[in-house]
Formats: sequence, structure tokens, C-alpha cells
Amino acid sequence: MNVKNSHTILKDKHQPLAPKEVTSENYFNLLTYLVAGILFGIILVKAEIISWFRIQEMFRLQSFHMYGVIGSAILVGMISLQLIKRLRLKSLQGEAIVPQKKAFHKGQMIGGFIFGLGWALTGACPGPLFAQIGGGYTVVLVTLLSAVAGTWVYGRLRHRLPH
Amino acid sequence: MELVIDWIKQPWPWYVAGPLLGLMVPALLLLGNKSLGISSVLRHACAACFPAKLPFFTYDWKKEMWNILFVLGIALGGWVTVTFLNNPEAIVIAASTQKDLAALGITDFQSLLPVQIFTWSNLFTAKGLIFFVMGGFLIGFGTRYAGGCTSGHAIMGLSNLQWSSLVATIFFMLGGFAMTHLLLPYIMAWVGF
Repeated sequence: MNVKNSHTILKDKHQPLAPKEVTSENYFNLLTYLVAGILFGIILVKAEIISWFRIQEMFRLQSFHMYGVIGSAILVGMISLQLIKRLRLKSLQGEAIVPQKKAFHKGQMIGGFIFGLGWALTGACPGPLFAQIGGGYTVVLVTLLSAVAGTWVYGRLRHRLPH
Repeated sequence: MELVIDWIKQPWPWYVAGPLLGLMVPALLLLGNKSLGISSVLRHACAACFPAKLPFFTYDWKKEMWNILFVLGIALGGWVTVTFLNNPEAIVIAASTQKDLAALGITDFQSLLPVQIFTWSNLFTAKGLIFFVMGGFLIGFGTRYAGGCTSGHAIMGLSNLQWSSLVATIFFMLGGFAMTHLLLPYIMAWVGF
């Protein structure tokens, strides 16, 4: 990978900007994400995606359940996104919907593998972590704090890691 | 109404839950042009609480408030489900998985998570160190290094036909297979099962 290329990758979508004015409309909009999250959480628990046992089943190839969940979620997401693009639907705020593409770098392999190790250990990816905590497995708070620490260490070492 | 609630209380089959999860992709895009993603919230937590002047954590995290509310919602959804929509029966997992796990020392299959591991009393033991501290660290470090998790890469990224997300998803699975089949037997013995 050449230097120019690696520069574009390390460039970040988060640029410091002047804070936007917060209006009551913004507050309402923020509330809709809370509601979306609640629905997401309910689905995660009801489909038992938050279960350590279901993740074990998946990695042992002993049940179709998780493959069915993730596969059909991708299929529905893919069709909906293509429809949004074809029909040029706009967001509620009237913006054009063009999700950014994430460029390829080595982190998707190395980091992806590392995350996979943690996924099988904890039986959770980041979404289910929150649902497990809400669902009463409060000790998972420790796992969550540790995940924040892992994220911080990545941010600290970022420039020394291969990308 | 009672019938509906009873139906909801059962575990949902994959062909109900999967498509519903998939609909979260267009829902967030239409609500405010947001790309589904959860692991980024761990980064926002760092940016909000201990940025330590690191460029990776120096940005206006308040603009990502939607993401923070979304994961708070997930936790709340977890609570709503176990409180009002709980399935009274024990989880039913494949007999072969039960047999494999029993060989590793997991014998209690009553709740969604094995109570032999996920309890506060295990926190300061080898079990806690490996399953909570180590496991969490790998999730946080790995997802940020990969630039996303199962939601951001596997669901959102693949929906957006991104090659990088296909690579990431394959390596998520490889990591999980390696842990389950190569490392877990040794780890389970080491932590005292």
C-alpha cells in the first residue's frame, strides 16, 4: 500500500465542526433513535441473539438459527437500500441518502479476526452487550467497560498498527 | 390481545427476527441518514470521557448523540423484553452443542447466558479475567481496528455492497471459529471447568 493511499484511509469522517443549534425538532428526532434502539433490543433478545449458547451453536455449525437471522437481515437490508437508491428516497430532513462506503484496509482482517475471538468468548457482539446488560446480566457491564478500554488502546496505538 | 402477547413471548424464529433486524437499515437512513452501527459508540464514549488529546478521539461526539441514544434504547429494549415479554421456558439449543459444552464443563442450560460464567462472583477469578475483561477488550480493540462490528459491517456494510465489509465479516467468523475450536478447550480447562 502506498503512502498516499494509507493517508486517505487514516483520514477520518469525524472533523471538528461548529456545533449545530439544537432545536425541539432535533430533540424529537433524537427520541426516534431511542425508540428504534428499543425495538432493536427487543428483537435481539427475542431471537436469542444475545445468548452465549446461540453463538456457540453458530461457531460449531450445529444450528442454522444465527445464519438465518444474519443472512435474512442482510438480504432485507440490501433490498431496502437498493430501493432507497433507485427511488431516490430522501431522509425525513430532506437529505439525499448516500451511505459512505468504507475503504478496504488490513484492519478489517486483523481487527476482524481479533473481534471474532472476543465474540466467541463473550457470546456477544457490541449490540447484544447492551441488550444483555438491560436484560439483567449486569456483570456484562465489566465486559462493556473493557470494550471501551480496548477501543481506547486502539486509538492510542493506531498510527503504529498496519492499515 | 393475550394471544398476541403469548405469541410474542415465544422465542422468535430466524425468519421473523432477521428481516426485522434488516429493516433497521432503511429505518435509520430514512429517520436521519444514519448508517446502522453500534461499535462506534465505544469510540464516542472514549471521545466524551477520556480523549487524552489523541487525534482519534478529538471530534464533536455530541453530534453522534443519536448513536448513544440508540444503544441506550437497546439496553432498555433488553429490559422491556425480560420484564414484559419473557419466555418462561429454558432456552432450547442443539443437542450436539449441549453435548460439546458439557464436555467442556458447561452443564447449566437454563438461561440465555451460562450462569456458570456470567455472575458477579466470577469477576475476580480467572473466569472473569478471560470472559469479561479479555473478551471485552478483544471486542473493543478488534471492532475499532476493523472499523465496525456485526451491525456496521455484516448488516449495514453488506447491505451497501461493500467489499471491505465482506472481508471483515469473513474474518469475524474466522476469529470465532478459531476461538471456539482451537482455544476454548484450553481456556475452559485453565479457568477451572
